[in-house]
Amino acid sequence: MTKAAAVSIRNVSKTFGKDGTRALQNIELEFQPGEFISLIGPSGCGKSTLLRVIGDLIEPTEGEAIIGGKTAHQARLDRDYGMVFQEATLMDWRTVEKNVSLPLEMMGWDRGARRERVRELLDLVELTGFEDHHPWQLSGGMQQRVAIARALTFNPALILMDEPFGALDEMTRDRLNLELLRIWEATSATVVFVTHSIAEAVFLSSRVVVMSARPGRVQRIVDVDLAYPRTNETREEPRFFELATEVRELLRASHDAREEA
Amino acid sequence: MRLRHAVAEWAPAIAILVLGLVAWEVAVNAFGIQKFLLPKPSEIVTAFWEQRSVLWPAGWYTFTEAFWGFVVGVSFGIAAALVLARFRPLGSALMPYFIAASAIPIIAFAPIANAWFGIEKSSKIFIAALLCFFPVLVNTLRGLTSVKPQQVELMRSYAAGDTAVFRRVRVPTSLPYVFTALKVASVLAMIGAIVGEYFGGSQQQLGIQIKNSAALFQFETAWAAILVACILGIGFYLAVALAEIVTMRRYPSAQSPRR
Repeated sequence: MTKAAAVSIRNVSKTFGKDGTRALQNIELEFQPGEFISLIGPSGCGKSTLLRVIGDLIEPTEGEAIIGGKTAHQARLDRDYGMVFQEATLMDWRTVEKNVSLPLEMMGWDRGARRERVRELLDLVELTGFEDHHPWQLSGGMQQRVAIARALTFNPALILMDEPFGALDEMTRDRLNLELLRIWEATSATVVFVTHSIAEAVFLSSRVVVMSARPGRVQRIVDVDLAYPRTNETREEPRFFELATEVRELLRASHDAREEA
Repeated sequence: MRLRHAVAEWAPAIAILVLGLVAWEVAVNAFGIQKFLLPKPSEIVTAFWEQRSVLWPAGWYTFTEAFWGFVVGVSFGIAAALVLARFRPLGSALMPYFIAASAIPIIAFAPIANAWFGIEKSSKIFIAALLCFFPVLVNTLRGLTSVKPQQVELMRSYAAGDTAVFRRVRVPTSLPYVFTALKVASVLAMIGAIVGEYFGGSQQQLGIQIKNSAALFQFETAWAAILVACILGIGFYLAVALAEIVTMRRYPSAQSPRR
């Protein structure tokens, strides 16, 4: 028997409101364990909605998402995934340590075990020494690293990321991309990463799912055959540019098709 | 260093106070202003000292009324906000009436409160509590419902139910709003108690002292009583503000709503 897919999206459609805005239409996708998948597309293509369907934060109108062989709902109740948003979404009144340990508190870990685990994670995201700081004392990039550490606390097999670096400057974003790859390789989790940056999608992913808007559909899946571990030099390889161009042209084609329609 | 900093910060305000008092004293002398219109600061201070055995017990009596009114009003306000935040349709159904009710001049009910609760302490506590209730309710409810949607999504991704979201996100988010309301309520409670007293009750209370002194043309005593009310009112406010500082240490100061 083959291992269950990390994420299996089966004929998912989502219609919002009474006027029937179709955010997603007949999405069929399958991600294997350990893949790094980016969802890219113009705003309104439903990529964030799809991510929330996977996380059981939004109910699809039709179809279903299966996470590691379970329904998305069961997977959420079993805490099978960690979530990172565009805003770090840290609790201002909690210290860095308390923010990272929040999921563990909810799972009933005792204090010593929480402290131990938080120390490991802050080490992983290179924030050792910032345990007692409050989120508002950190830069945007550091806040986002805290959010990533928090998503990793209970060692989830799946990490859902909704434009996590979208609000950061390009230098910080590039650095965090590298860090994220390092963390991903250290944890062997499956990552589903929503972005609207072509370079970021190509640099990070093993596969890029290119979506088109209104209604949100999968236009093409681009295999990124750049070897891991990727480094800053990867961004300068000819193959990187070819793949980025391919994704750009796919996005432009879907945009033009919509303009003409 | 810190002390010098504090002195530098407060010096202008203190200078204004001293200048103001001197100008007041001089103006009353120079223009021959009648005592019933405006007594001199020196006369007020004299009355404040000579009448201290009457004024301070009266002030304390009034303060206890205000304090219990504050406790009752704030408790009901927070409790009501918790219920309305938990059951949102009920909240949206009742909120317009609460906002409308908060515009009622509650002071106008003081004589009626005497009929309901008797002329002694309870009627004043009722007025003070009623004055505190609405701002606390409205602010707390706003705080409890001004949570970012992503924070709720985050909690749901940890399989958190409504109760966990409430305890770990809504209540901490509401705290800055609650303290804003508590500061407003501390001032309103003193007002409510004193105004309530104007409509009767024992002699040993500030409102009656002010009313009777004015009626007897002892205006400097009336002013001294007002001074006692100010000191107690400001003290109450500062106590609440201090509690806020201690509790809010962990919050970014820019985040607490100021008004």
